[in-house]
Amino acid sequence: MLEMMLSVWDWMPEALQVLIKIVAIVAPLMLAVAYTTYAERKVISYMQVRIGPNRVGPRGWLQPIADAVKLMFKEIVIPTNANRFLFLMAPILSIGPSLAAWAVIPFNDVLLLSSLDASLLYILALTSVGVYGVIIAGWASNSKYAMMGALRSAAQIVAYEIAMGFALVGVLMAAGSLNLNDIVLGQQGSMASWYVWPLLPLFFVYFISGVAETNRAPFDVAEGESEIVAGFHVEYSGMAFAVFFLAEYANIILIAALTAILFFGGWLSPFEGVTALTGTSFAFLMELSIAWFLLKTSFFIFVFLWLRATFPRYRYDQIMRLGWKVFIPVTIVWLFVESIMFLMKVGPWSVGA
Amino acid sequence: MPEIRNYTLNFGPQHPAAHGVLRLVLEMDGEVIQRADPHIGLLHRATEKLAESKPYNQSIGYMDRLDYVSMMCNEHGYVMAIEKLLNIEVPERAQYIRVMFDEITRILNHLMWIGTHGLDVGAMTIFLYAFREREDLMDVYEAVSGARMHATYYRPGGVNRDLPNVMPKYKASKWHSQKEVDKLNQNREGSLLDFIEDFTNRFPTCVDEYETLLTDNRIWKQRTVDIGIVSPERALQLGFTGPMLRGSGIEWDLRKKQPYECYNKLDFDIPVGTNGDCYDRYLIRVEEMRQSTRIIKQCVDWLRKNPGPVILEDHKFAPPRRETMKADMESLIHHFKLFTEGFCLPEGESYAAIEHPKGEFGCYLVSDGANKPYRLKIRAPGFAHLSAMHEMTVGHMLSDVVAVIGTQDIVFGEIDR
Repeated sequence: MLEMMLSVWDWMPEALQVLIKIVAIVAPLMLAVAYTTYAERKVISYMQVRIGPNRVGPRGWLQPIADAVKLMFKEIVIPTNANRFLFLMAPILSIGPSLAAWAVIPFNDVLLLSSLDASLLYILALTSVGVYGVIIAGWASNSKYAMMGALRSAAQIVAYEIAMGFALVGVLMAAGSLNLNDIVLGQQGSMASWYVWPLLPLFFVYFISGVAETNRAPFDVAEGESEIVAGFHVEYSGMAFAVFFLAEYANIILIAALTAILFFGGWLSPFEGVTALTGTSFAFLMELSIAWFLLKTSFFIFVFLWLRATFPRYRYDQIMRLGWKVFIPVTIVWLFVESIMFLMKVGPWSVGA
Repeated sequence: MPEIRNYTLNFGPQHPAAHGVLRLVLEMDGEVIQRADPHIGLLHRATEKLAESKPYNQSIGYMDRLDYVSMMCNEHGYVMAIEKLLNIEVPERAQYIRVMFDEITRILNHLMWIGTHGLDVGAMTIFLYAFREREDLMDVYEAVSGARMHATYYRPGGVNRDLPNVMPKYKASKWHSQKEVDKLNQNREGSLLDFIEDFTNRFPTCVDEYETLLTDNRIWKQRTVDIGIVSPERALQLGFTGPMLRGSGIEWDLRKKQPYECYNKLDFDIPVGTNGDCYDRYLIRVEEMRQSTRIIKQCVDWLRKNPGPVILEDHKFAPPRRETMKADMESLIHHFKLFTEGFCLPEGESYAAIEHPKGEFGCYLVSDGANKPYRLKIRAPGFAHLSAMHEMTVGHMLSDVVAVIGTQDIVFGEIDR
């Protein structure tokens, strides 16, 4: 049976193979996105001493499905004087890059769609393209709130893109590669060789920039509920809105996954190199597996939700100040420190050499 | 040359931060506010005019609906104006009950304020924390008056009835087992006073909890410190009262300066700010919650020891007891007269003001000797505060407008009346 399937696989044209692989990544991703919204509502509600969705299905497990069905059947209202083409184009522009970025994410050492040599660059490029969706949505809606949201978002993403890029330069200096797979492999050994330790300041900058990039609280000025109502997507309804929503959550998962890959060893086990475990029944903990990757990703998604429940929202100019005047100098200084240590082959930097 | 124009943004009345129906026309240069023009009247219900066509005691219920987050305080201002004109003295127990409920109302109001202010600035958890405690106070309202919000509990000459000896309890249901319900009912076993005392014991810890979320939070401070500064002189000129005035450093509190009811027998402090910014006003209101708890505690102690009448025995103003009504002709007549015609006030005018959670809430009453007011003018603190919106926000950014709306603690019920 298996052999037959494999022979069918080989016989298939390559385009079809890739297509199947894409579906195999995107379908679970979409499900993950749906359940991230559920997780968000549950986590935040428990933090806020309430129960959260518990009516649709057992413990509310079907809530995301119900939401999706509702949104699908809603009318997409196109405001008067809106640019129809761009208005409908914007959600697509926003979800496209956030899904495309998943092409290079290694789930484990063999499970990835394409092992691109410039995958880090590819991801940086795609996450920056995502902002076009937001800007176009804001402009095409012909609404003042949406316009304001788009402008804020543009400025914010430019500022944080730079800090994020610099933080990633630190990673690629340590790994000596732009390939995500090689970056993970570079962290092999034990938990101590994860890049988070030598690059601690860069990790914080990267993660916070990631929160800002995805327009999540406390950096959600682009859709600041109490200021500009819903920002760039005020005028969207039904599926057009849902697509923005999917893009936002796909981005959250992407940032969380990247954090796990770049700083926390991706699919590597945290118990790697713990010799005390070999031969015991806990030896399976040392194995490299996709489960570790998913676990680490889930943790960072949780941090996103945690931040949202805890912090007030920054003001627009304060976000700019944080991005330009704090994060960029921090990353530059740390890159400088790192390169000196790298040249002198001090400490963990000698690993990457 | 293209003409460069300011961006005009219509903020509200349908807006998550509009606190009801505020409509602000903002003129902005980028994100910087050049002009903020508040438009009012969207919640106008003609309370003052309605009062002119109703006997005095039938307008009390309208007062609840003015500032609908500090219900009993509004009633207090109104009944005090009537009492002043009638020249009657309220029984001491009623005074303590009123003061206790004024302070409970103050906490209710400040909890609502801290929640919405937090929400405006983007902190959502504080809102639900505040509403958790608010729920208990709502239950206190319900226990004493039957209504969770619009109590109509105060009467000219006292309060409607004495504090109940039992606290309503939760019942087990499909969603809550007996065990869960028993846990919820733990502090409801005794009388209302026991419940309130229990509340005063645990409330300071809750306030600490709110403060851990906000007071030292860097983002919270960045969003409130030096935002919406009002100088003491300007605050006086603008007619600010309450925490808005005290935030600017002026120690003015009617409870201390013109003590009404039994405030002069109670021990409490008045917090005063220094900078006059949103952060100072935040600290003041938080401290006021603690001081209110102190006052409530003292009232509970006093009320436990001193039973007595809670309303005047004069049946020209206060209805006779229902039992006497069944057997006594005089009582029946009084009852009938009071609930149809009401009572007449001597010709003249009076102004009574109380320290409402938002500031000075005053009622100016003109009587021509009839059973209805000739004119009732309500001085709502929020109106003066809202008038300063432009001054407080000009030069700040759009996000600060929201913070200022939060710090002004605007409720449209009292502004539009």
